[in-house]
Amino acid sequence: METTLAGKTISINEEGYLTDFTQWDEKVGETIAAEADITLSPRHWEVIKYLQNEHRNQVALSIRRVGKSGVVDIKEFYALFPKAPLKTATKIAGIPKPASCI
Amino acid sequence: MLRKKQTKEIMKNLVILGAGTAGTMMANHLVHQLNKKDWKITIVDEREQHHYQPGYLFLPFDIYTPEDIVKTIEEFIPKGVQLIKQKIDRILPLSNKILLGGGNELEYDVLIVATGAKIAPEETEGMKGEEWQKSVFDFYTFDGALALRNKLRDWKGGKLVIHITEMPIKCPVAPLEFAFLADSFFKHKNMRDKVEITYVTPLSGAFTKPKATEALEHLLAEKGIKIESDFAIEQVDNENKQLIDYGGKTVPFDVLVTVPTNKGDEVMERSGMGDDLNYVPTHKATLQSVAYKNVFVLGDASNIPASKAGSVAHFEAEILTENIIRFINDEPLKEEFDGHANCFIETGEGKALLIDFNYTHEPVEGEFPFAGIGPLRLLKESRMNHFGKLAFRWIYWNVLLKGTHMPFISATMSESGKHYTHTIN
Repeated sequence: METTLAGKTISINEEGYLTDFTQWDEKVGETIAAEADITLSPRHWEVIKYLQNEHRNQVALSIRRVGKSGVVDIKEFYALFPKAPLKTATKIAGIPKPASCI
Repeated sequence: MLRKKQTKEIMKNLVILGAGTAGTMMANHLVHQLNKKDWKITIVDEREQHHYQPGYLFLPFDIYTPEDIVKTIEEFIPKGVQLIKQKIDRILPLSNKILLGGGNELEYDVLIVATGAKIAPEETEGMKGEEWQKSVFDFYTFDGALALRNKLRDWKGGKLVIHITEMPIKCPVAPLEFAFLADSFFKHKNMRDKVEITYVTPLSGAFTKPKATEALEHLLAEKGIKIESDFAIEQVDNENKQLIDYGGKTVPFDVLVTVPTNKGDEVMERSGMGDDLNYVPTHKATLQSVAYKNVFVLGDASNIPASKAGSVAHFEAEILTENIIRFINDEPLKEEFDGHANCFIETGEGKALLIDFNYTHEPVEGEFPFAGIGPLRLLKESRMNHFGKLAFRWIYWNVLLKGTHMPFISATMSESGKHYTHTIN
């Protein structure tokens, strides 16, 4: 389905995750963050860039991996993106929701 | 059979690490497929016993006895396969060697890794603390399930918390089944009103797949089981008997039944072959190791995004057998494994659900294994499904481990008789 974010037409799935990363830009990220009541600080952006980079390198993301990344520890990850940090942060980053391993 | 004659006179070695569900099935498949004159098959496992792991679920409720789920490893290793009962110290994948405990070495031409996964409670602060096996239990080990049985036999009630630490875990439906069976168990003891059951999960809902989550959450609500989702545990607080998550949420318990972090075998860490959870990076359609061409990985030991379940190992084993033969004959591997899993879910009161899914398709409603006939119903509670689950123990010991093909059930998923609405990525 399609929606309008930051004045752009964006393809998203039913959970609100971007389905085409090329449509993402920082304004889109900020708009998604605002919907989750998050104002993005430089610390947020460091984590978001890290997640995008991992995704580009086809690394399967998990809270554990983020916690061991050296970029952010789990406690701070929760403070930055409260409640469900990995789900919220990947949505803002414009990358798919991590496949919850089955 | 080998389609190409071996030109060398020297015997070649195929080594299987791990004689659990996956390794034992492979030994039974390959002993019929490889030419005895050319290939020696060896399987290594230091343990004495083979456990029917799905039976751990039933042990705490006195539905199964220990005798139902424990046999010796030997009785399932076929004639013609050498069993070495020694600790695996390290794999040296660059020199095609295994170092065994006691300084022995084992060389291989083809290696199959089937060392499984196990719980690692020490990964979570306070989990293996002073309350371990007093009020904090697991049921993913024989000892844990037995200790829990003894606790539940005369427990007077209170807050029962069923908890998943992090994904992936073996048999992701088992904790849900535990919740359903606990509901039944306390009803039959006429004390359901004295027990508050809460299901705590790091996922956003009851299961990993939306369609099945809907059906399962309905069942949880019906049975009066509370669900606490998106809970990422930071520690078990032994003193105040509560779970604390990174976001500051707490869940109090009188009895905690937790599924600790699952990890692959430490031998992968020692050998530098595992990821951060000691799972071996594996090609998800061929089951070949990403790093080493003559190493194949089967069952829970791999990092493929399929369920860690015996049914998956069973479907994998059929495809891997063919790929091993292809590899030996220098033929291209078949990219055939589709992540097929097939699980019964006990829902209590003598009923069960059956789900069937793969990498791309969610569990759906329908009939199994025959389209339109069944007799098993997918995603619908039925008594027949429950009998299917109980019958499965017999099938496991007598058919599955021996690598006999199960009639009407194919390794890749069949789409007939199933009611698809959409596919997932």
